[in-house]
Amino acid sequence: MAETLIDVNEVSKVYHRGNMEIPVLEELILSVDEGDFLALMGPSGSGKTTLLNLIGGLDQPSHGSITIGDEHIDQLSQGQLANWRSRNVGFVFQFYNLLPVLTAQKNVELPLLLTNLSTAERKKRAQAALAVVGLEDRSNHRPSELSGGQEQRVAIARAIVSDPALLVCDEPTGDLDRATADEILELLQVLNKEYGKTIVMVTHDPKAAEFANRSLHLDKGRLASAEAA
Amino acid sequence: MKYAGLIWGALYRKPVRSALTLASLFIAFLLFGLLHSVSVAFSQGISFSGVDRLIVAPKYSIIDDIPLSYSRQIKSVDGVELIAHQSWFGGTYQDNKQFFPRWPVPPKEFMEVYPELMMPDEQREAFINTRTGAIIGKDLAESYGLKVGDKIPLIADIWVNKDNGPWIFDLVGIFEAGDDSISIDQMFMNYAFFDEYRQDSQGGVGTFVIRISDPDRTAAIAAEIDAMFANSADETKTTTEKAYNQMFANQIGDIAFIMTGILSAVFFTILLLTGNTMSQAIRERIPELAILKTIGFTNISVLFIVLAESLLIALVGCIPGLVIAHLLIPGLAGAAPFFEAVEITPTIYLQGIGLALLLGILVGLPPALRAMRLNIVDALGEHAT
Ligand SMILES: Nc1ncnc2c1ncn2[C@@H]1O[C@H](COP(=O)(O)OP(=O)(O)OP(=O)(O)O)[C@@H](O)[C@H]1O
Ligand SMILES: [Mg+2]
Repeated sequence: MAETLIDVNEVSKVYHRGNMEIPVLEELILSVDEGDFLALMGPSGSGKTTLLNLIGGLDQPSHGSITIGDEHIDQLSQGQLANWRSRNVGFVFQFYNLLPVLTAQKNVELPLLLTNLSTAERKKRAQAALAVVGLEDRSNHRPSELSGGQEQRVAIARAIVSDPALLVCDEPTGDLDRATADEILELLQVLNKEYGKTIVMVTHDPKAAEFANRSLHLDKGRLASAEAA
Repeated sequence: MKYAGLIWGALYRKPVRSALTLASLFIAFLLFGLLHSVSVAFSQGISFSGVDRLIVAPKYSIIDDIPLSYSRQIKSVDGVELIAHQSWFGGTYQDNKQFFPRWPVPPKEFMEVYPELMMPDEQREAFINTRTGAIIGKDLAESYGLKVGDKIPLIADIWVNKDNGPWIFDLVGIFEAGDDSISIDQMFMNYAFFDEYRQDSQGGVGTFVIRISDPDRTAAIAAEIDAMFANSADETKTTTEKAYNQMFANQIGDIAFIMTGILSAVFFTILLLTGNTMSQAIRERIPELAILKTIGFTNISVLFIVLAESLLIALVGCIPGLVIAHLLIPGLAGAAPFFEAVEITPTIYLQGIGLALLLGILVGLPPALRAMRLNIVDALGEHAT
C-alpha cells in the first residue's frame, strides 16, 4: 500500500466579490497516494483550478484542512507557504509562464535561487533537469526562440529542478497540438513512473486524461464521480 | 548577487522602451551635472561674510568726515561687537596712473573687523606697533616689486602733512584675502600717524565699520545708530557693507534659483515619465511576477526585485550622464572661459547618485508595492482568460 501524499478533508472554498459570496468548492474530500497520477476533469467553472491551487499551496481553503505529506498547509502563513512551495511542489501551467528575458537554463534555475546552492551547482542541476525533458541542447535559447512544446518542456524542467515530490499541472497541453500534447503527456508519465513524482493534472481533454492512472470529475464544486482510467 | 540576471533582465525586456527611458534619464543627469556645477561655481566666489558688517558714513556726502569720538557712542549700541574706521587718503604713488585706494585705519581694530585679511602674525604685530606702518595686498606688492621693509612715499593731495612734504610709510605687511569680501588691491596705513601728522581735520574719520552680533538685527541697529546722531552737526547714514556685493550675491542667488527651477522641472517630468513607464512595465509582467511567487519567492523578495530594477535603471541613466557632463566641461571652457571655474566635484557626483537613488525609489516603490501585494491566484487567472 502506498502512503497518502495529499489529504483534502472537507474543504470548502468561497470567493468574495464585493458583497457577493461565490461558493466554489463544498466540503470536498480527496485523497491522493504517493506516486499517483491523477487527472482532474470537469466543465469550465467547476473549480478545478481552484482545487489545484489549494493543493499546490497557492491559496488557502475557507474551511477544512489540507495535508500534504506531514504538512498541514492550511495552517501555514503566506511566507511559510511560499517557502514550503519552493521545496515541495512543481507547477506547470497552460501558458508555460517562462520569463522571456531569461534563457531556458536561467528559467530552470529560478527555483534554485531560493536555495543556498552555488552558481556551479545551480547550473549543473538546471542542465540535468533540461536533460530529463530532452532539451539539454537548448539551454541558451530564450523562450521566444522555442516552440510551444519546447517551452512547456522548459517549464516542466523548472518544475522538477528542485526535486519536489508533487507536480501540479493546470491544463499543461491546453495550448498544444495533439502530437505535441502527447509528447508532453508521455514526459509526465515518465516523471511519474521513473522519477516517482506524484502528479495532479487538470485537463479538459479526455485523451490527456488517459495518460493518468485515474481521473476524477469535478462538477459544481463536488467530485461527481470517480473512475479508474 | 544571484538575482543579478533577473534584475538586469529588466533592461532587455523592451529594448526600445528601455533605451528611451535611459536616454531621458541620461539627458536629465547630464543637465544636472552641467547646471548644478555651474550654479555651484557661481555661488563659490561669493562671500556672505559681509552681512554682519555695517558701514556708518556721513549722511550727506562721502567727502565729509565724522568725529572719531562717535566711536564710543556707537560701541554702546546693543549688538555692536567691534568697531573700526577708515578714511580716504588719496595721494599719488610714483605717478597718477598708479592708482589704488589707500586708507588710514586703526590697525588692530581694523584687522579684527576684517578677519579675512590674512597676514603672518609677525606682520600683524608690526602693523599694530609701527607708527608709520602700512600694508598692501599681495597683487599690488607683486606688480610694484615691493617687499616688507621697503618705504612707500606718497605725494599728498587732500592731506598735506606738517612738513609739507611726501608721506613716507614703511611697508610692514603684505596681505591676502580669505575670501573676496575685501579687495586686496588696496593699501592700509596706521591712522594714528596719519591723524597726528596731517595739518588739519584731526579727530575725523571717513566711515566707521562695525561688526554686529546678529545679522538679523541689521536694520534695527542701523536705525538706532543714525538716530543717535540725528540733528547733530555730523549726521550719519548706516548701511550694510558693500551693498553692491550684497546685490550681486542676490543676483547669483537668482541664477542658482533658476537653475534649481529648471532642474526641478526636468526631474519632475522624468519622474512622471519613468514612473508611468515602470508601472506599465510591471503591469505587463504580472504573470511573470506571479510565477516568481508561485515558485516560492516571498512577497518581500518580489518587492526588492522590482525596486532593484528601478534603482538599476536610474543608476544606469545617471552615471553616464554625470560622466559625460564631466567630460564635456573642459570643451565648454574653450567656448566660454567662464566654464574654467566649473567643475563636477565628487560632491556633485554623490548628489547626482543620491538623486538617482531617490528617483529610483520614488518611481519603483509604487509598482514594487503592487507587485508585493499581487495575489497569485488572481494574477494567474488573469492570464488564463
Ligand atoms: N479569484 C477569484 N475570485 C472570484 N471568483 C473566482 C476566482 N477564481 C475563480 N473564481 C470563480 O470560481 C469558479 C471556479 O473557477 P475555476 O477557475 O476553479 O474553474 P475551472 O474549473 O478551473 O474552470 P476552467 O476549466 O475554465 O479553467 C468560477 O465560477 C470562477 O468565476
Ligand atoms: Mg481552470
